[in-house]
Amino acid sequence: MKGKTTMLRSVNPSAEAGPVGRARSTALGAILLTWRQVRAQVLLAFGLLALVAIVAIITGPHLVHLYDVNVAPCQSHNDCSSASSAFLLNDHFLQATLNTLVLVAPALTGMFWGAPLISRELETGTYRLVWTQSLTRGRWLAVKIGLVGLASMAVSGLLSLIVTWWSSPFDRVNLNRFTPAMFGERGLTPIGYAAFAFAFGVAAGVLIRRAVPTMAATLAAVVAARLAIGYLVRPHLVAPIRSTMPFPAGGAGPTAVPGGWTLSQQTINAAGHVIGQNGGIGSNGGFGFQQNSNGTLVLQGVGTCPGKPPVQLARSPHPGFLQACVKHFGLRDVLTYQPASRYWAFQWYETAIFLALALALAGFSFWWVRRRLT
Amino acid sequence: MTVALETQGLSKRYGRRWALRSCTLTVPPGRVAGLVGPNGAGKSTLLQLAVGLLRPTAGTVAVLGGPPAHDPEQLARIGYVAQDTPVYAALSIREHLRLGAWLNPRWDNEMAERRIAQLGLDPGQRAGKLSGGQRAQLALTLALAKRPDLLILDEPVASLDPLARREFLQHLMEAVAEREMSVVLSSHLVADLERVCDYLIVLAAAHVQVTGEVENLLASHRRLTGPRCDPARLPAGQDVIEASHTDRQSSLIVRGEGPVHDPAWTVGQLSLEDVVLAYMSRAGRAQNASRPGLEVLR
Repeated sequence: MKGKTTMLRSVNPSAEAGPVGRARSTALGAILLTWRQVRAQVLLAFGLLALVAIVAIITGPHLVHLYDVNVAPCQSHNDCSSASSAFLLNDHFLQATLNTLVLVAPALTGMFWGAPLISRELETGTYRLVWTQSLTRGRWLAVKIGLVGLASMAVSGLLSLIVTWWSSPFDRVNLNRFTPAMFGERGLTPIGYAAFAFAFGVAAGVLIRRAVPTMAATLAAVVAARLAIGYLVRPHLVAPIRSTMPFPAGGAGPTAVPGGWTLSQQTINAAGHVIGQNGGIGSNGGFGFQQNSNGTLVLQGVGTCPGKPPVQLARSPHPGFLQACVKHFGLRDVLTYQPASRYWAFQWYETAIFLALALALAGFSFWWVRRRLT
Repeated sequence: MTVALETQGLSKRYGRRWALRSCTLTVPPGRVAGLVGPNGAGKSTLLQLAVGLLRPTAGTVAVLGGPPAHDPEQLARIGYVAQDTPVYAALSIREHLRLGAWLNPRWDNEMAERRIAQLGLDPGQRAGKLSGGQRAQLALTLALAKRPDLLILDEPVASLDPLARREFLQHLMEAVAEREMSVVLSSHLVADLERVCDYLIVLAAAHVQVTGEVENLLASHRRLTGPRCDPARLPAGQDVIEASHTDRQSSLIVRGEGPVHDPAWTVGQLSLEDVVLAYMSRAGRAQNASRPGLEVLR
């Protein structure tokens, strides 16, 4: 009711609106104008979102059912590999599509909503029309950034919510949501990415002043930011856990951290040098012994075992002898990882980082539009 | 009433180029002031400084007694039609009027709709499909419906054909007659301004050359023709704006209040265009003189 009164005031020339009423009415006007400018694209986006939600609601419960029937029971008798791989083949196309959607949604809203938001006004000259109406350009910018920025975050946030829910049976089997490939496609982080992409698009737009180059710059920035956070920042957000284990005689083999994120698995010798990866020797993680013609045994890539294996056991060496050999070289298996329990902390940290970047970029846009774009 | 537009040493520099230099002028209230000058003289810069789209590099500018675009109140009192009359191509005429109503507390919707109807425009038409003349009329409607105390128009008729030009200026004059407001209007053609302006500012080479009431400018400027004379021996009390000499004859354009008694001179009246052109060519000569070598290059 209050809003309606204000609206009437703004179109009724005889009404005497006070300064507060006027400011409110033009702010509402800026909201209406912004909505008019973006409504087609926003409605399209939310229409697609509704479509995704419908597909998820139709197919999701069935996936939960399949999980409960096929995967959950096998866990009690500890052999799930065949049941799991069969389960993972369900709705394979839909899995790929939804993951891709969450991956690209922030970049798309950044490119198509953030980048042209100001640059198109500057490019077509309409800024000269709108900045000479009865509201300051700061207020105009605040409304545009607030409204369209929130819409961008809502699209990616809701999409992530739907996909996180729909994929949860798969994620429980894969236990890979903490890995670099999946981390940005679940949970809160898409909201942060969307805010950043949008704010970057706006800020680049006030500098570049042309819509299409701004869109290209925004795409490049989003890709660069995602790669940078994934490879340079995220591994160090919290110091990873380092666990050192004695090397088993048969080779350690790659060790998975269920639901966690393995940063590295290295084989270290007595001198502290890294001599292998993934629970083996060398970069491909192989492990094996070879017998010389003189009867001695060689741990491949490391050296000759001390002493001779008992003759009768030369063809299939005694485990105790191999164990002693590995021990002789002082081999250790060192695993560096982020445990599953840190997943949500990482989600919050990364989202907060991108929201902070978005705020800084928005602040820059304000400063530039109000002080420098003259 | 407060002074419509007042500048004090107003200057604007883009990079290394001065678009406007030490511009000091006053436009009294209630006038229709013409801002005339060649292309690139700084007209658009001056007007954009006046509406707050630009900020001065040096000097001050005040519109209706206050700094431009300082607050919503100030913005509401000034109507502006930008060069090339930008509008939102995807929005219809009706939506532009709605936009005006949303963003302007003093909006006169009845007048805006009446004007669009009088112009014979279809309110459902997208602004991107309008002709240049129609777009200019839409932009003028948006500016007028704000019910401004000062209307600033930046080359509103530059891209229009002669008929649309006359129609636009006619509508502008009708609006000025209907409602008391000051107008500042720029053009590079004196003919456009002659019909509508009662005050004139000549801007050339980034400097103000002359300002004043059109009537006074016409009264104080005369053409003197006579036998070829030494440029140093000119009638007293007269300021020579332009002098041209043939073998036998000298022709001067002078500014002065007193009568010319020397019988050697024949005194002739000048059109507004003559006066403006005299100042523009003087500015052009001064600019070339300060940049030796330019003539050679030509």
